[in-house]
This record gives sequence, structure tokens and C-alpha cells, in this order.
Amino acid sequence: NRKGVALLAVVATLKLATMAAAGGKPAVLLLRPVDAPFAAALRDRFRVLDLYAPGQALPALAFVAAAAAVPEPPRATVIWGGVRVDASFLDAAPSLRCVVSTAAGLDHIDLAECARRGVAVANSGEVYSTDVADYAVGLLLDVLRRVSASERYVRRGSWAAQGDYPLGSKLGGKRVGIIGLGNIGSRIAKRLEAFGCIIHYNSRKPKDSVSYKYFPNVHELAAESDVLVVACALNKATRHIVNKDVLEALGKDGVVVNIGRGANIDEAELVIALREGKIAGAGLDVFEHEPKVPAELFSMENVVLSRHVAVLTEESRSDLRAHTIGNLEAFFSGQPLLTPVHADSLAQ
Amino acid sequence: MAMESLGVLLLHPMNAYLEQELDSRFRLFRFWDSPPDGRAEFLRANSSAIRAVVGNAGYNADAALIDALPSLEIVASFSVGIDRVDLPKCRERGIRVTNTPDVLTDDVADLAVGLAIAALRKIPQADRYVRAGLWKAKGDYTLTTRFSGKRVGIIGLGRIGLAIATRVEAFDCPVNYYQRTKKDCPSYTYYPSVVELAANSDILVVACPLNEQTRHIVNREVIEALVPKGLLINIGRGPHVDEPELVSALVEGRLGGAGLDVFEDEPNVPEALFALDNVVLVPHVGSGTHETRQAMADLVLGNLEAHVLKKPLLTPVV
Repeated sequence: NRKGVALLAVVATLKLATMAAAGGKPAVLLLRPVDAPFAAALRDRFRVLDLYAPGQALPALAFVAAAAAVPEPPRATVIWGGVRVDASFLDAAPSLRCVVSTAAGLDHIDLAECARRGVAVANSGEVYSTDVADYAVGLLLDVLRRVSASERYVRRGSWAAQGDYPLGSKLGGKRVGIIGLGNIGSRIAKRLEAFGCIIHYNSRKPKDSVSYKYFPNVHELAAESDVLVVACALNKATRHIVNKDVLEALGKDGVVVNIGRGANIDEAELVIALREGKIAGAGLDVFEHEPKVPAELFSMENVVLSRHVAVLTEESRSDLRAHTIGNLEAFFSGQPLLTPVHADSLAQ
Repeated sequence: MAMESLGVLLLHPMNAYLEQELDSRFRLFRFWDSPPDGRAEFLRANSSAIRAVVGNAGYNADAALIDALPSLEIVASFSVGIDRVDLPKCRERGIRVTNTPDVLTDDVADLAVGLAIAALRKIPQADRYVRAGLWKAKGDYTLTTRFSGKRVGIIGLGRIGLAIATRVEAFDCPVNYYQRTKKDCPSYTYYPSVVELAANSDILVVACPLNEQTRHIVNREVIEALVPKGLLINIGRGPHVDEPELVSALVEGRLGGAGLDVFEDEPNVPEALFALDNVVLVPHVGSGTHETRQAMADLVLGNLEAHVLKKPLLTPVV
């Protein structure tokens, strides 16, 4: 029976080899590029099936399907905003029971479909909230005090040649209307209060825990604000929530700051309002069709343009790593997710 | 009326509203009406009439000007900093001096914070990038540095310094400070020297008045004490900082970055700074808003009127 024993030995060796390779670690489907520290942290704890591994050539959905076919397929996946989690995605990887998204928003995930299939979803929680709030304040100060515009003036030698730069506008005392008083909006409010701003807000429901004045719709909010800050999620209700009427209500001294999603604002109408002086200025980190930015804005002195970087700091990067691992470990150990998202919740 | 007889010499076209009001309420002399080589003659011709001077941060009543104006009674500065007014000479001659404190505190503090966020988060840089049409693909993941939570070290905890402290506290920034005497501010940490302040701060902010003791208060030693990725914010006066030292520290990467509203030789800015991505350079706009300049102008006018009416001056320094 030497042949039988040899066969068993081969099988055992193969099994042991597989387990050794896995280290007994649960499999995680990694569908976004990660930096070296993040990759190392994941590999320490999980068997990582990495879409972006060097030499890995399959396109995303094919990779997902291949991953779903390995022995002990992944039950959790780490994604970012570029991965659309819908029915066809979930069909391709039926083993998935948990989606951990590192994105700031949730507009790329069909939460209802996930709920129907009992797939848990974890978001990035408050990992980005501080940096986005800081950036919103920075953009507003830049627009009102013309930091970027006067900097350009200095750098092209105009201060010496032409004299003082035109005056800006004082932040203190301005009524700031925040659209969406969630993790980000509430931090913006706290910061701007310290500058002497008066905080107004709109969200789906008034919040009992704050004393800021609530407005039931964005039009009324705009009519009684000097600044509008878009800090809400993007969904059906908030697409173009800042539209032509809202911009008119904001008025010719009004300023718009957008650190939400480009599509929260009717961009074409915003450009017209700026061109015609119907509002006074704008600070924009996001646009409807990134990376395309309406070229007409490039020649405007009263706008500050940024390239969707409000979340990108070294600190949020390391916070994200810890947070993502935390959610994965919670899932695999049967604990509640740190930041679960439910189908009926919107990140406001 | 007595007002109209007050001859006021305005040293520079600093504010249209101020100029207009000076012209309508008093007897206005515009210093720039005379060509640069005709200034002495201009002063001689009008010296008996000129009883007041209105200057600002850049142009003010120095010894030479005061000597040329024997009838001078009051210098009303359109600024809070009066380092360019010869105060000893004014005291000697019995000349009153007023400035514009409080009304510009908020704007200057706002700008200090705005410069810090702009420098750490590289906002002007992003704006330049987008305007140059360089944003071609999503996915450039250049990381900047978080502002919230950074240790802010303030040189001079006066009106402006305190206003900066209040603002950065809302960002959970621990506040440290240095000045000659410790203040009763338990939530802020006092350091007895600027070097120690710098060694314990991520962002160093100059917010003290400029005088003999504070000239070059930020020098090589202080710059070296600041952490390698440290940020310097200057909303005081250019001469607070040893500018050549600052420039070489920035160029050589020994200092993380800077946000500068003031320079040693305004409006000239060291060209070496233009090539750097880690500096934000603005043209002395600390109080540069319509609202604040109007309030400053009203204070200058109010001080001059009080002087004419022999009432207590609103904001006297001397």
C-alpha cells in the first residue's frame, strides 16, 4: 500500500503548504491600491487577494470572480469609491459577507442590495471628517481673504509694480449656512463659530443637540446666509441641491464652498452665477465631471479651485489604515463592525 | 469750523474712503502730490498748516518728517503697528500718537489661521495646479499635513495673539506662547524663551509689536529649534524675522514651510521664495477687508476730531 500512503502524503503536504501559505489567516479581497504600511498591516493579519499586486493582470470583475473560486474564498473585501458595489458585483463574489469601504462617500454602494443579501457594509467613519472640515475652513478663508489670488499677484511681481491688492471680505459676523450637519458639517460649524460666524444649517431633520438655527430647505437657508457650505452626502435627494434658485437666494455677496460632491451643485448654473456676478465667489474642491473643471473659472479671481484633496493628509492615511483593519478584525471575530452602514442611513 | 482748519498730511493713498473724508472734514494735503525730489519743498511750503499726519504700516512719521513739521500736533496711524513712528521724538515734542487697535484684531487673526491652513494643506498650490490645466487624471495622491491638533506657538499673546489662540483651540490645537511676562491663561502653556517655544511647537506665529527688543526675534537659532517640518507664520512685521536666514532655511529644507503676510522690504519679496511650494506669500493684507479698513478709517477720523475738539483721544498710544 505504498502508493496509497504516498498519495496521502502528497495531499497532506499540499494541504499543509496551503495552510502555511495562508498562515490560517482569513482571506480578504483587496480592490484598491494601498501604500506599503497599509499592505504590510493587511498581510500581517489576512491572506490578501490583491487586485493591484505586481504582475496581476486580470481586470477587476474577472479578478473578483477568480478570487471567489479559490478554496476558502474571501468573505470580506476592502474597496474604494471607484468600485461599484451593485448586484452584478455581488453576483461575481457570492462568498462576500462584508464590504469595507475606505471612501468618504457611499454613493458607489447599493446599500439596499447589500441589505437584501445580508452583506454588511462598513464605511470610513470619521477618519476624514477633521481634514475635510479644516479644508472647508481653509477654502472659505482663501475666498474671502483672497489668499490664493493675492499670492498669484505677489508671485508675478505685481505687488511691487502695481501696489496693494484689492480688499477682501471679513469672515467674522458672516452667517454661514451648512448643508448637512453630520460629522463634517458639525466640525465646520464648531471651527467657524470661533471666528465669530453665525451658524445656520439644513439637514433632513433638525438636531436637538445644537443651538444653530435650522432651515427646512436649502433655499430658505441660502436666503438667510452669506456663505453656503456643502457638507452633505450625494444621493437622489441632494443632487443639484444647490441650484439656480438657491444661488439667486444666496445673493451677490454670497460665497459657496463645496467639499461634498461636485453633483451637489448645478455646476453650469454656478458658472453662470459667477460670470454674471450673481454671487460673490466660490471655493471648490469637487466638480461634476472630475478631472474636468469649467475653463471659464480659470480666469476668475474670486474662485479658489482645488483637485479633490480635502481628505488627503498623512494623518488621515494612517487613521484610515487603523480604522479599516479595525473593521476587518471586528468582522472576522464576529464582533459588531466599528462603523456599520445601514440601507436607510445617509451620511448626514 | 475748527475741523476745516486742521491741516492733515496723508502720507500715501491708503484708502479711498479715508482720503475722501479727510478731504471733506479737514484741510487735506496729499504727500504724493509732490514729486519725490520735491518733498522737502512741499513740506516747507505747508509746514505751518500741517498739524496732523496720517500714516500707515509702510509710511509713517519718522524723525525727518517730524523735524520738517514744526506745527505737528498729532500722528493718527491707519494701522495698529506704529514701529515706523518715532515715538521718543513725539514724546519729546508733545505730539500725540493714535493707532487702530481692536478693529483689525479679528481680520489679522483670521489671516494667520488662513495662512497656516493654506500652507499645510497646500491650497494655493492646488489652485495653481488646476488653473494650469494640470489636473488630467483622478488619482494623484500627494498627501499634505493635517492642521487640526498641531501645537501652535504664539509669540506675543496680546489682542491678536489671544484671538489666534481662540480660533486654533476650535481645531483642538494645543496653544503655547512666549512673551516677556507670563499671562494668567491656564489653558495655554507659557515658555520663557522663543527658542523653547519653537522647540515645542509645530506652527510658530509672530504676533507681537515690533520694537528694539523684538527685531529679528525669529532668528537662526529659533528656526533651528522649530521641528524640521515646522511652519512659520508671520502676520507681524517683516523685521520680526531674519529674512535671509528664513529664506535659506526654506530653500535648504531645514524649515517645513511658511505663511508670510509681511516682509523686510515691502513690496519686495525675496525671489528665491517664488520657486518654493511650501510657502504662502500674501501682500500685507492682514487687515485688508472692506469692513475693517472702514472701521480703521473711522477710528483715524474719530481721533482727529477728538483732537480738534480737545476731547480724550479714542485710541492714544502717546
